[in-house]
Amino acid sequence: MIWNTFILALRGIRRNVLRSVLTILGIIIGVAAVITLVTIGNGTTAQVTQQIAAMGTNVLLITPGQRRGPGRASGAPSFSAKDVQAIEQQINDLAGVAPAVSAAAVAVVGNQNWNTGITGTTNDFFTVRNWTIKAGRTFNENEMSAGRTVCVVGETIRENLFGDTDPLGQKLRLGKVSCQIVGLLKAKGNSSMGNDQDDCVIMPMKAVQRRFTGDKDIPFIQVAVKDGASTTAASAAIQSLLRKRRHLSDNEEDNFRIMDTKELATMLTATTKTMTALLGAVAAVSLLVGGIGIMNIMLVSVTERTREIGIRLAIGAYEHEVLLQFLVESVVLSSFGGIFGIILALAASFGATKILAIPFAPDISIIVIAFFFSAAVGVVFGYFPALKAARMDPIDALRHE
Amino acid sequence: MAEKRHPLISLARVTKAYGSNEARIFALRGIDLSIESGEFISVMGPSGSGKSTCMNILGCLDTPTSGRYKFGGVEVSHMRRKQLATLRRFYLGFVFQGFNLLNRTTAMENVELPLIYRGMPPKERKTLARKALEQVGLAGREAHTPGELSGGQQQRVAIARAIATTPSVLFADEPTGNLDTARSHEIMALLRQLNREQKITVVMVTHESEMAAYSDRIIHFVDGQVADVENGHAPAAKGGRDQ
Repeated sequence: MIWNTFILALRGIRRNVLRSVLTILGIIIGVAAVITLVTIGNGTTAQVTQQIAAMGTNVLLITPGQRRGPGRASGAPSFSAKDVQAIEQQINDLAGVAPAVSAAAVAVVGNQNWNTGITGTTNDFFTVRNWTIKAGRTFNENEMSAGRTVCVVGETIRENLFGDTDPLGQKLRLGKVSCQIVGLLKAKGNSSMGNDQDDCVIMPMKAVQRRFTGDKDIPFIQVAVKDGASTTAASAAIQSLLRKRRHLSDNEEDNFRIMDTKELATMLTATTKTMTALLGAVAAVSLLVGGIGIMNIMLVSVTERTREIGIRLAIGAYEHEVLLQFLVESVVLSSFGGIFGIILALAASFGATKILAIPFAPDISIIVIAFFFSAAVGVVFGYFPALKAARMDPIDALRHE
Repeated sequence: MAEKRHPLISLARVTKAYGSNEARIFALRGIDLSIESGEFISVMGPSGSGKSTCMNILGCLDTPTSGRYKFGGVEVSHMRRKQLATLRRFYLGFVFQGFNLLNRTTAMENVELPLIYRGMPPKERKTLARKALEQVGLAGREAHTPGELSGGQQQRVAIARAIATTPSVLFADEPTGNLDTARSHEIMALLRQLNREQKITVVMVTHESEMAAYSDRIIHFVDGQVADVENGHAPAAKGGRDQ
């Protein structure tokens, strides 16, 4: 009997190809839209979270001036080596204080050249930025104090300028400066802003100041707070220290800015979560529209279906057989549409995450919810008109207009 | 199936009312009727006389408001929906004025439908359906859908669907109502033949006396009551039409 009902249901689907296709399409669109958008949203959130974790959530970024838009605010003096020293000595619970002086240069090895950025800093930089030395070493005391032109390079530099040869001990020409490579960093990949973190050359700060920038300014200080210590407290302490050192009176605003990466992390995560929720809401609308489409298709065909049910009852079908047939029909259509929608969504979101270079993070609960919602719509609107018709007297169902 | 002393169908004081209280309208006002197994009965009457209502009650598609209906000696009027469905499934066949075929469904599948509900295995089912279509002269049209068939052919598919299960009674509600005269006579000849050769009892509603002339007995309905019963049309005349 079950098998017969199944055959009847499949015949029903085949008879109404257009209706069946439209129903399936409604479900596919709804399911695929929700799953794709939420998966992309989740991928973005996961990426931001990952990168923040890689950056370290206990880092303070100190820049001169107050940034109110793009670029550095003018008029605010840079920091000096003494500021760095003061922070190191007077603030408690710090894991490292890394000044950073940047320059850009063309790196040349043999006939290969590569545009890159140079960071002049101290060994604390590796701690603060979570860098791991893959081969070689960091700078020694002598190199630091004398400002020798030695450098630690990132994976991208090695790959583009050295290929398969070992870069350690080799000479790298940066503009007019020849520089010996003493260490190689472990690859980190892209940052949350999308730039290649491995495309870097790190040198002792004094070397960069002397050979590239030509002054003793420090435009950027990164401070890592010890695990378990409060970044807020450290931030406040540094703020009052710097205000004192920069001779700011009480009614003057800060002419520097301290940014907490934890704050940044919270902000970015909140933003991406909002975005995911927004995408989800848009997708939910398409699921709803798909559902309404299915509802329309089913309701439009109610008269025809009622008469069909009348015919079936007249020639001896039991009520429960007719209902089971319509139920099977709805379930087959809905699950077919649902499964197809899921496959389509996974393929689409996989492609999209590859293009956007974000992690592919499908959320099983969203897949389940989308599937069951659309299946419910299909079943409810396929089944209930049938339920009503099957409870009529056969003659009333036959005469239904 | 009926024992000798029982008529196949007997109605006693059957009424059917629509609406309630003051607005109540009686379509049937106490019908007494008995039909023997193997008879070919025509029911005639002006529209609104209750002939179709009576037919639907006989066919267990509708239930009487009061009165008794015995089918093969068994009381039907108190049966539940599922029992009525069983009765329709195993003993009754229907042919409607509007054909009532499933559209976009082949003739073959339409005829197979009642056999599927009987739970017949596919091979046997297909053989019987093909045979029934052959019997109504539609061999070779198995794969045609109602839309691809003429009115007469559709009605013959409907007849094939009704007789595929070899029912005890075939109910035909104005089976020729939508057909031209030539097609009508073809259908009537077919019903007559089924009645004679397969001993299927035929109960037919018609308003054309020409068609009623094929039957053994004509029951006239007026205003929800049986007004007159005509007996015994000359078999020779009908035999002549059969050719």
